[in-house]
Amino acid sequence: MNVTEDNTEQCGNSLTRELTQTPLKKIWVPSSTNGLPERHISQRKVCMTNCPTLIVTVGLPARGKTYISKKLTRYLNWIDVPTKEFNVGQYRRECVKIYKSFEFFRPDNEEGLKIRKQCALAALNDVRQFLTDEGGQVAVFDATNTTRERRETIIRFAEQNGFKVFFVESVCEDPDVIAENIVQVKLGSPDYTHCNTEEAVADFMKRIKCYENSYQPLDEELDRDLSFIKIIDVGRRYLVNRVQDHIQSRIVYYLMNIHITPRSIYLCRHGESDLNIKGRIGGDSGLSARGKEFAKALGQFIQSQNIRDLKVWTSQMKRTIQTAEALGVQYEQWKALNEIDAGVCEELMYEEIQQRYPLEFALRDQDKYRYRYPKGESYEDLVQRLEPVIMELERQENVLVICHQAVMRCLLAYFLDKTAEELPYLKCTLHTVLKLTPMAYGCKVESVCLNVDAVNTHRDRPSNVDVSRLPEEALLTVPDHH
Amino acid sequence: MDTFAKEFHRRTRCDSAASRPQFTNCPTMIVMVGLPARGKTYISKKLTRYLNWIGVPTQVFNLGQYRREVVQTYKNYEFFRPDNEEAMKIRRSCATNALKDIANYFTKEQGQVAVFDATNTTRERRGVIISFAKERGYKVFFIESVCDDLEIIEENIMQVKLSSPDYENYDKEEALVDFLKRIDCYKLSYVPLDEEKDRHLSFIKIFNVGSRYLVNHVQDHIQSRIVYYLMNIHVTPRSIYLSRHGESELNLLGRIGGDSGLSSQGLKYAKALAEFIRGQSIKDLKVWSSHMKRTIQTAEALGVPYEQWKALNEIDAGVCEEMMYEEIQATHPEEFALRDQDKYRYRYPKGESYEDLVHRLEPVIMELERQENVLVICHQAVMRCLLAYFLDKSADDLPYLKCPLHTVLKLTPLAYGCKVESFYLNIQAVNTHRDRPPNVNIARKTEEALQTVPEHQ
Repeated sequence: MNVTEDNTEQCGNSLTRELTQTPLKKIWVPSSTNGLPERHISQRKVCMTNCPTLIVTVGLPARGKTYISKKLTRYLNWIDVPTKEFNVGQYRRECVKIYKSFEFFRPDNEEGLKIRKQCALAALNDVRQFLTDEGGQVAVFDATNTTRERRETIIRFAEQNGFKVFFVESVCEDPDVIAENIVQVKLGSPDYTHCNTEEAVADFMKRIKCYENSYQPLDEELDRDLSFIKIIDVGRRYLVNRVQDHIQSRIVYYLMNIHITPRSIYLCRHGESDLNIKGRIGGDSGLSARGKEFAKALGQFIQSQNIRDLKVWTSQMKRTIQTAEALGVQYEQWKALNEIDAGVCEELMYEEIQQRYPLEFALRDQDKYRYRYPKGESYEDLVQRLEPVIMELERQENVLVICHQAVMRCLLAYFLDKTAEELPYLKCTLHTVLKLTPMAYGCKVESVCLNVDAVNTHRDRPSNVDVSRLPEEALLTVPDHH
Repeated sequence: MDTFAKEFHRRTRCDSAASRPQFTNCPTMIVMVGLPARGKTYISKKLTRYLNWIGVPTQVFNLGQYRREVVQTYKNYEFFRPDNEEAMKIRRSCATNALKDIANYFTKEQGQVAVFDATNTTRERRGVIISFAKERGYKVFFIESVCDDLEIIEENIMQVKLSSPDYENYDKEEALVDFLKRIDCYKLSYVPLDEEKDRHLSFIKIFNVGSRYLVNHVQDHIQSRIVYYLMNIHVTPRSIYLSRHGESELNLLGRIGGDSGLSSQGLKYAKALAEFIRGQSIKDLKVWSSHMKRTIQTAEALGVPYEQWKALNEIDAGVCEEMMYEEIQATHPEEFALRDQDKYRYRYPKGESYEDLVHRLEPVIMELERQENVLVICHQAVMRCLLAYFLDKSADDLPYLKCPLHTVLKLTPLAYGCKVESFYLNIQAVNTHRDRPPNVNIARKTEEALQTVPEHQ
């Protein structure tokens, strides 16, 4: 076998290309003639379909369509499927500056119908741009789409553009659920800023009535060739028809696991560890004296919160387990909650990483989300590893998750809809508990510092991320330690 | 350090040190519903195989088998006539026995899930089961298969009924006729699950082999996983090809793990694999590799697009990465012995166990179920886990499955299982299979520990 000049090995008639490892993500790719990695190899991404997907919500007002759209969008973006929601109501508000009353939605209001149709088309136009020109994979078209005619228009639009269509219909007749919806998200809508509560509720109920007569729900016979999920009574029952591919299957699984029962999720890190004090990353050390104090304080805090049926989860690393032990309650261990694997950099100080692997250190600062430690992991890997944890968090009610800095950043980014750029720099300090409570379309965050001192382990992105930077520039933002 | 107290403490607070909590408290009964030849046994066996693989002890209880044990010889469909009092008595008593065995499985054998595979087509029969479960605190989840497509039904009958013990003495046409009459016996009294009347029950209704599903009142984690699994499987004929990477440089040296490239023999294998694949003329073949150099180099030789999965990476041997077995014995003799004692659950220090691997591979299996023709180029431990899933091997057998280098396994679903064809591509390679030695005691001598280490450079 001879190695020829263009970096390939020839064996008989066929060529075997040399492989080279990409510096940032440590992925083996064939190198092209100039020695640079080629890009034709696909990494296992969630969305392996070539077609973009258009998710279309269906349902009367106050059935949770926007709630589902936003939540689904947040989930898909977190698992790295570029997704965006297009809410037709927002387009309408931009067009008709001031909302007067439900009369706008009357089926005999010609002017209103014209405007609403225009808004839908404008939204579809933006969908096309997102999916075709901006690298979007999934677009969520959030509107009532209650008539077969409107849905047909959307299907034709999708066909013309080569998009797959998946309908998500929410059907609910429970007056309590609808009333709660209205209170939570409609009263605070820009449409009702000038109304008092009773007026707003009365108007909104009339608005719903405007749609009821022309509502044609998805039908298992008439619509048997469409791909859809019908969610009945907030998840009591589901009808799933013709799931076409992987991403639709994941969407169905997600939708079937979420619920709206009020609950809170508590996130915190383990107590301060011996390696934390020394400014070393990773490893599997035990709690320092202050860390143990935190564990006790955490136990007291949790008791004082009087949480119903609290589940406690830890990783399989000593420091989180020691922390959980102090609570005196049952807990479950998840290997998936283990801290990010820093590979060859495990148990090193930042100063040592700079000394031994200055190139790696700089690459990490250049793209902290995608950077993979040699023989270790990246934040991107972490997110994939944590997906089953998120899925189970969605199913559960009150949970306390005792984990680690990078892990907590990933979980927090999911709940607070942070981008891949922001995620690795989210502040998750030791000895602080974050209480997340789903509220309206998002999440309320309460931060509780348990008043036990600890080192700071947060390293900001330094100004100079260039490979040629000086050590001082690289170490500028390293937090203090022993 | 008060390690004993700690260990004791830990054991009482945290039930499991597996990679992942199972979230099952009560035992669950899965109850199949549907006319004959609707795929109930196919689903029962497949689901059981999947649940056992992910670590949930599950067993199938097939009523037909109970009946065959009582009524030694099957005459004809008349046994199933609704007016056959004698037969009805027998069938009811079989159901009672099956339920008894289920209770025994849960209480005495640590079972978590029991799949009750029978037609269960009347509301009355289902009522009996529900009461039985309620009395004992078992959860119940129904899986109903509804199908009107005559072609599918006949295909079912051809694939699995004609070869049933019931029809040993029949010729094909007679068997088909008899079986269709058997189905008719059930049709009159069949009451499908109803979304209104049965709205308090937990169930999934599968229509026409998966084009539509109705899911009602999923109670917990395991039911949610079951629903997800059922919604991803299909019956379209296809084959799955499993192979390891070509022989690597570290393989030659008898070293485990690492991220080395292919040896010259390994490169030869990669080319032979390409030829083999071309020769198979596979429709729309997908090729998957891990993120490690040796599988990628192998895939590269095929000259077709392939996807890299980090989840397919070889088991992480932690502190033992790139060591020879002799070195592991020299530096970590206790670890080496512990591994031989329970190779499935043993986790390398700072590394992984086979048990961890299985959890890591679950999304791969789920996607393999969704796909059609796939070639997976992976590693020894990974291939053992995947093979164990397809061939229903236990956790004890799994870590010792033979997956030699330079051999492609072609798996084709057939009837209730999987046909395996093994293709050795005639390219020499080292043997990397280390059997369990007779002495697994920590106090064993070095030679005893190294007895089964395969030869290397």
